[in-house]
Amino acid sequence: MSEMLRVENLKTYFDTRKGLVKAVDGISFSINKGEILGIVGESGAGKSITGFSLINLIDSPGEIVDGSILFNDRELTQLSEDELSKIRGGDISMIFQDPQMSLNPVITIGKQLIETVTYHNSETSKQDAHKKAVEMLELVGMPAPEKRMASYPHQLSGGMKQRVVIAMALINSPKLLIADEPTTALDVTIQAQILFLMKKLTKEFGSSLVLITHDIAVVAQMCDKIAVMYAGRIVEYGSNKDILYNPKHPYTKGLIQCLPKLNEEKKRLYQIPGVMPSLLHLPEGCYFSDRCPFADEECKVYPETITLEGRLVSCHKVKQIS
Amino acid sequence: MPQSQTNILKIENVEKIFEIKVSSFKSKNLYALNKITLDVERGKTVSVVGESGCGKTTLGKVVSGLYQAEKGTIAFHDQDIAHKKPQQRGHLQKDIQMIFQDPYSSLNPRKKVKDILEQPLKIHTNLNREERMEAIEKTCADVGIDLGYLSRYPHQFSGGQRQRIAIARAIILNPDLVIADEPISALDVSIQAQVLNLMMDLQEKLNLTYLFITHDISVVKHLSDYVAVMYLGEIVEYGTKEQIFSNPQHPYTKMLFLAVPDIDNPVLSEKVLETGEIPSPIDLPDGCYFAGRCPLKDADCEKEHPPLLDKGDQYKVRCIKV
Repeated sequence: MSEMLRVENLKTYFDTRKGLVKAVDGISFSINKGEILGIVGESGAGKSITGFSLINLIDSPGEIVDGSILFNDRELTQLSEDELSKIRGGDISMIFQDPQMSLNPVITIGKQLIETVTYHNSETSKQDAHKKAVEMLELVGMPAPEKRMASYPHQLSGGMKQRVVIAMALINSPKLLIADEPTTALDVTIQAQILFLMKKLTKEFGSSLVLITHDIAVVAQMCDKIAVMYAGRIVEYGSNKDILYNPKHPYTKGLIQCLPKLNEEKKRLYQIPGVMPSLLHLPEGCYFSDRCPFADEECKVYPETITLEGRLVSCHKVKQIS
Repeated sequence: MPQSQTNILKIENVEKIFEIKVSSFKSKNLYALNKITLDVERGKTVSVVGESGCGKTTLGKVVSGLYQAEKGTIAFHDQDIAHKKPQQRGHLQKDIQMIFQDPYSSLNPRKKVKDILEQPLKIHTNLNREERMEAIEKTCADVGIDLGYLSRYPHQFSGGQRQRIAIARAIILNPDLVIADEPISALDVSIQAQVLNLMMDLQEKLNLTYLFITHDISVVKHLSDYVAVMYLGEIVEYGTKEQIFSNPQHPYTKMLFLAVPDIDNPVLSEKVLETGEIPSPIDLPDGCYFAGRCPLKDADCEKEHPPLLDKGDQYKVRCIKV
């Protein structure tokens, strides 16, 4: 399989008045054509900033300070704003959590879809763009797509709006789609529909998908590869099977264990003590050490990333635990 | 034992109607709750599940007194509270407490934790200052709030800690019934387990009764004794947790369960595409409200609105096809 995206040692820092926040601190991953990568973590882990960094949507005081983002053999960190805006919505598009916020409330969805096409393909006629927009709406399961083209966002339900956003993201057949919590704001039945569509379309178009979410069960359904983030760093990275069904890092293990499972009943759930530290006050050494049941003196130094049973993991204690 | 002693709350045929303006001169009725009948047994957890707009939050608000019902009765301590405002409920009000979804907006940001916890005692009890402090200290020990935190403000706490404070405020008056409206859905995954465990521990220790309102099926399975599935203002299926989960009968319940992502069974079935969307609760059809999305639907379903059939053994279902 050919590689679509390779991220190496990406660092996105925010120079705030309270100090330097290392929101994304030296992460590396890659995605092949047709592959789905899941980035999981809790709020503040840096997963959304990772997504934004990929298309350089980082606002001041944030900045990509180091690292490389190689997309289709192009180095994205070196591109100018003009070149980037050609890529955004074209070869790389992004779906955000709240569909309400990503659609313009005073323009019909048809016009917004058409604009997305014509901006990136100046030779396409309005009629062709219109036709393409209707096709896309149909593809994402919008009933009566031709009629819906004249609707304003507020006339649609949350699930329908997210379908429009997905149609808009896919309309230029992007090679890479970044979806940041695309279904968190939706009901479960709608979530299942949207996820099914995204997976099907990714495989059909042969594009790649970065799915950013806090929901491990969603990742289990969707992803080929998984990166688990904690306090700005990837702590474990590998295939779906390895990470979910044979996790090695104590944090990954805890995250999976603490879920209430549908097919088993325990009186008490496993719980990870404490909370994720603030990025301004990280513990010395391993960032997870203050919540980790296995931490000791050795963990006062941030662990090297090692390869263990087919995945990358950053923990001193993995060999001991497994 | 007679019914009234085991059932702490008896909701009967409760209706809540909102008037919705459709134009300047015309308004229509929205049946947020449509003839809800539900019993809550002392010391048990009854979960109300459903998608957004099904009326589950409205039900919680009617029981807690934030809304008044138009019709029906809610028997609590042998008195009907369905139409009474909190002020008219007198001492009954202190026996029903509520935990809200968002611990960021449910705590007064200008009050210290001590004042937040002391206020219910000042309003509902005759305790003097020392006795109030004693009660606060005892409750803090129960929910795991460090006494040193009492002079802090809510913004100094994380989401999980705030929800602990909200829980402490709810139990400090030794209520008989606690209504928990999505108490963990605003929290991070690793914190959710902590709060769920706390709620289950408290239930055991203080013999609390929970009316648990949520959209999260795996949480329902974990902590409920009884489950009521709601759809468009109605209960469509009700039974013990075992009845609902091992053998769901109503097509809507089945559809919901199919859509829930499960890490142990991470299959995305194409069936989810057939599930459609919840229709508008205004202008509901004469027949079954679910008919438009139902795979079992035939002509009979559209003729008459199905009653909630009592199948014995506490199990009830609203469908003529089962």
